[in-house]
Amino acid sequence: MKVLVAIKRVVDYSVHVRIRADGSGVETDNVKMSMNPFDEIALEEAIRLKEQGRATEVIAVSIGNTACQETLRSALAMGADRAILVETAHYLEPLAIAKILTALVIQENISLCLLGKQAIDSDDNMVGQMLAGLLDWPQAMFASKIEFTTENRVRVTREVDKGLTTLDLTLPAVISADLRLNQPRYLSLPNIMKARSKPLAVVPLTTLSIDTTPRTTLIKVSAPDKRRTGMRVATAAELVNKLRAAGVLP
Amino acid sequence: MTILIIAEHDNQQLDSVNYRTLTAARELTGDIDVLLVGDVSEMLVTAARQLPHIHRVYCASAAVYAAQLPENTAPLIATLAKSYDYVLMAATTTAKNILPRVAALLDISMLADVVQIVSADTFVRPIYAGNALATIKSHEKIKLLTIRATGFAAAAAASSSVTLAPLETMDTQLTAQRVQFISTENHVSARPSLSAARIVISGGRGLKSAENFKLLEGLADQLGAAIGASRAAVDANFAPNDWQVGQTGKIVAPDLYIAIGISGAIQHLAGMKDSKVIVAINTDPDAPIFSIADFGLVGDFLKILPEFRVALGETEQTQG
Ligand SMILES: Cc1cc2nc3c(=O)[nH]c(=O)nc-3n(C[C@H](O)[C@H](O)[C@H](O)COP(=O)(O)OP(=O)(O)OC[C@H]3O[C@@H](n4cnc5c(N)ncnc54)[C@H](O)[C@@H]3O)c2cc1C
Ligand SMILES: Nc1ncnc2c1ncn2[C@@H]1O[C@H](COP(=O)(O)O)[C@@H](O)[C@H]1O
Repeated sequence: MKVLVAIKRVVDYSVHVRIRADGSGVETDNVKMSMNPFDEIALEEAIRLKEQGRATEVIAVSIGNTACQETLRSALAMGADRAILVETAHYLEPLAIAKILTALVIQENISLCLLGKQAIDSDDNMVGQMLAGLLDWPQAMFASKIEFTTENRVRVTREVDKGLTTLDLTLPAVISADLRLNQPRYLSLPNIMKARSKPLAVVPLTTLSIDTTPRTTLIKVSAPDKRRTGMRVATAAELVNKLRAAGVLP
Repeated sequence: MTILIIAEHDNQQLDSVNYRTLTAARELTGDIDVLLVGDVSEMLVTAARQLPHIHRVYCASAAVYAAQLPENTAPLIATLAKSYDYVLMAATTTAKNILPRVAALLDISMLADVVQIVSADTFVRPIYAGNALATIKSHEKIKLLTIRATGFAAAAAASSSVTLAPLETMDTQLTAQRVQFISTENHVSARPSLSAARIVISGGRGLKSAENFKLLEGLADQLGAAIGASRAAVDANFAPNDWQVGQTGKIVAPDLYIAIGISGAIQHLAGMKDSKVIVAINTDPDAPIFSIADFGLVGDFLKILPEFRVALGETEQTQG
């Protein structure tokens, strides 16, 4: 079973983002970038499947600019066998990302796609579902538990608004990872060294002949309204009085 | 112009979130149709037909749709969607699971978590955990949108005497291939749901134990509030996963949000910063949560919680 893990390079989750003065986007120059946290979890799960002898090969794929190579090197250091960067300087919509991944899945004869449930920059939460739709494969999104019951059947517990739900999927399938699926491992120095010699292919997007023309236009990026400054209260009794005065407590 | 709302429901009842999607739909121009997909009850069909301002209800009810699996509901929705200009769904986990798959089948670039409708083709959605708002113009023929409930007020329900909207049943039964629904574990509670509650009391890692977390229940019952949690509290097993508020959990905007023992990480703020009034109770006077709180109380919740309940009770008594 070959496993593909989709990995996006994003502004690190701990960075407090700044909006560019011209409203064209969020400042990404000289900002710490990392692997999307959900993708780290998807990759950890894939590596565990390899360690259990279920996966034969784990391929990490990223779509983005040349700096994504650094993120893919981390993926290789975590334990991916090889990596593919589909290189483009342009922003791509989730649908275009899903189309590119579809082409790679077919080309590489993949049986299981693991993705993060959402990219923490665009917060779209779409690519996995779109990929499953394009491939006409079953899907299990927002997974918090993955268990193989047979060679090609997998039981997945999903986190949903009302609690948890469990599905059985027959491979090939697409699964997206939620935060509680696992705790990703730390990179060790020897593995970082080893990753340097693992294969990382760079494929220019233009060679794939996939139509990625944007269907939307970003008009502007703006800051949300600032909340007015609050006040400190000294006691619980004072708090109750203030809340009553504000009309939010009976 | 025509608008299709895909209703959020649990096969028995219509979710109140649909009234917010309806408000969003009414900011667009066009007749509004509603689609029910599931294995739906008679009561649910009637409730959908009683929704105000709607033109017609489509109903695709069959056992194969009971679990609302995207493998068969997405192609069904995609077929119907072709004759609409807009397809809207409340931004729940059901919609997030299904609508992108519909979009892929239709070759449409969709927009998630719309919080504002600027014009017929331009929408606002939060990015970077709500730290920025993107205004996006869609050039697609069909606009597929999930609607974030906190961005829109609930449309008033019609009185039950209102005439029922016409009903069209859809007979196509598609089976979901290579996927089998096994079970759901719904965490039922007598308290109001997180997304509908006027007051939410949330606890974090600062509560230190599941036992302490339970102390929130008494207060929640006293106030008719829902209980929320930070991710750290859920990870520590103080609370179930569906109580999590934040970027990865639920997005809430109640009249009153009380954060107890929560530091205020951006991922948590993403889920509650649009609440009308925010209260923070925390031992650390420098906790980031205080920067967005309207009322901050520095101290140990073990001491403050009982005092808060007494203060609530006493004033109630003096008011008679
Ligand atoms: C990709 C990603 C997504 C995430 N999504 C979410 C999400 O959806 N929701 C979410 O909540 N988090 C999310 N997180 C996690 C988030 O970054 C924080 O780690 C988490 O919110 C911290 O929870 P906390 O405030 O309960 O814990 P802590 O940060 O540990 O804070 C505990 C607080 O309790 C206070 N305290 C201690 N003792 C007491 C006492 N006796 N009385 C009163 N106060 C006390 C402390 O001063 C401290 O401020 C996400 C993280 C990532 C990377
Ligand atoms: N540019 C990208 N390159 C590789 N994978 C991506 C990219 N964008 C999104 N993904 C994958 O799709 C998941 C969901 O992203 P999104 O739908 O954009 O929120 C991410 O967690 C990644 O696994």
